[in-house]
Amino acid sequence: MNVPTLFGLCGAVLVGLGLYGLVVSPQPLRKILAFNLVGSGVFLLFGVVARRGAALGMGGDPVPQALVITGIVVAFSATALAVALVLRLHDMTGAATLAPADADEPPVA
Amino acid sequence: MNALPAMLPETTTAGGFLLVLTLILPFVGVLAALTLGGRHARRVAMLAIPLGLVLSLAIVVEAVQTERTLVYLLGGWAPPLGIVLRADGLSAVMLLTTAVILLAVALFAHADFDTPPGTREARRPFMFWTLLLAMWGSLNAVFLAGDLFTLYVALELLGFAGVPLVCLDERAETLQAALRYLLFALLGSVLYMLGAVLLYGAYGTLDIALLAGLVRPEPAAFAAAALMTVGLLAKTALFPLHLWLPPAHAGAPAAASAVLSALAVKGSFFLVIRLWLDVMPGIITPAAGQLLAAFGAAAILVGNVVALRQKRLKMLIAYSTVAQIGYLFLMFPLAAGLSAMQLPNDPAVTGGLLQAVSHATAKAAMFMGAGLIYATLGHDRIADLAGVGRQLPMTLLAFALGGSALVGLPPAGGFLAKWLLLSAALTTGQWWWVVVMVVGGLLTSAYVFIVVMRALVTVDAGNTPKMVVPRHREAVVLALASLSFLLGLAALLPVDIVQIGRPQPFAAGLP
Repeated sequence: MNVPTLFGLCGAVLVGLGLYGLVVSPQPLRKILAFNLVGSGVFLLFGVVARRGAALGMGGDPVPQALVITGIVVAFSATALAVALVLRLHDMTGAATLAPADADEPPVA
Repeated sequence: MNALPAMLPETTTAGGFLLVLTLILPFVGVLAALTLGGRHARRVAMLAIPLGLVLSLAIVVEAVQTERTLVYLLGGWAPPLGIVLRADGLSAVMLLTTAVILLAVALFAHADFDTPPGTREARRPFMFWTLLLAMWGSLNAVFLAGDLFTLYVALELLGFAGVPLVCLDERAETLQAALRYLLFALLGSVLYMLGAVLLYGAYGTLDIALLAGLVRPEPAAFAAAALMTVGLLAKTALFPLHLWLPPAHAGAPAAASAVLSALAVKGSFFLVIRLWLDVMPGIITPAAGQLLAAFGAAAILVGNVVALRQKRLKMLIAYSTVAQIGYLFLMFPLAAGLSAMQLPNDPAVTGGLLQAVSHATAKAAMFMGAGLIYATLGHDRIADLAGVGRQLPMTLLAFALGGSALVGLPPAGGFLAKWLLLSAALTTGQWWWVVVMVVGGLLTSAYVFIVVMRALVTVDAGNTPKMVVPRHREAVVLALASLSFLLGLAALLPVDIVQIGRPQPFAAGLP
């Protein structure tokens, strides 16, 4: 097994673990962490794509590397926004949960 | 590696600079609002939005006159090396719709998000106007971007502008709704980005026009298509990924609900159109189209039935959005069916886009109308709407007109859209979608009828309004609803704007 394949498989495992966490765990903070796990997996795949697409004598294809940087910035801001919302929710209700407060609300996904 | 379709290298067309201006204007507005502060944010928005309307009108005129896609190469670099902005007929129509609705919303929200002289600068108006401009900019980016990664960034920006709009009123339930919306949006965009990585890995480009010539039916392309579609469906709130939408749209202030329901979900829907019709028309199997439309049909039935059971007006309108999103997805098997029969697929595509425009205008008017009703009565319980017809006649008329546009009464835009979709369904022999559309129309008319009848009941003991709504706010809502109701007259236009720049004989050339 060569190195890009190994990293590719690692990326796939990260994406899988993250998706599982995102769907299964009910706490918002865990969901946010799981989202970051999926993001890391995708970024790793970007790295693999860059390595495999490298021209002769170059370390990697620069385009995916540029995309990863943008992706990391976006994921960082998304995490910050989500954590800010969780904190505000905790300040307000004393609990950070997605469970509906009253019975009229539709059930949580 | 197959040969690229014979294609001249793209160059910037005359009028291409309009695309840059359309993209820059909202973000300049955001920065100006941030710098000048809350007291001036509203003024900045009121200045930028009419300008944007003029710009998008200019783009439509340019596209109609030249009958081709407007292109702008950033820095003069052609793809795959550079990034390109493109505005075909679909983009031009959506740009114009966005500008019109934003102008109406801005006029409507003028009074709600005001900072009168002498009062302290508040966070709420500042946030609203800045986020409104940000949402406008990211929508324009979604409509103009020519490559999948720029589209990803635009999509994320759209989410980041939409989420805080949901929780402008900092109540616990709106914060929860905003968080749930954000989590769905993040899941959607990360799946979309995963698909984009796979496409880049397989074909070495993310440019839509180049990818269209390269994509082959093979595992990487199928996986990418599935991941990106599911991600976009989560953002568009297609059944069964719709659970975040009703609390988010119903909890926001009326002007914000109008923008979210009318425009924000259309951004990701627009990307589904791009993906299915422009990037990978060659690899979409008939079964995939049927599956997508089956989700749409389920959305129509479930959304409408749940809407009928709602006790609050804003929740009813939000569930009606869930149902109307379903209609948008009926276009895909119909377009595929027409293409498979070697017929032009424009009835299905034009019908689908017209449905999007019609729903956007009608739903914005209905949410703003519901906001006026809430302001007048102090509640929006459907059971206690009696007397509204007397107090807010223009708003109720607007609600009824918007409702009939959703039902699809002639000459509404919804009528023309459903007519086009129905005729496409009959031409391709897909009668089951006809049944869905007719049943959905009946259910829609039921809840519009219930609300209007309740509101028309006169009460003897004149209930005192909590707040007197100025007439001009009612007039804005009525104008938007009338626009939606008269949109069907677009059939009389000499050109089909949507079809500008669409490669028509495409289906015949591909396996």
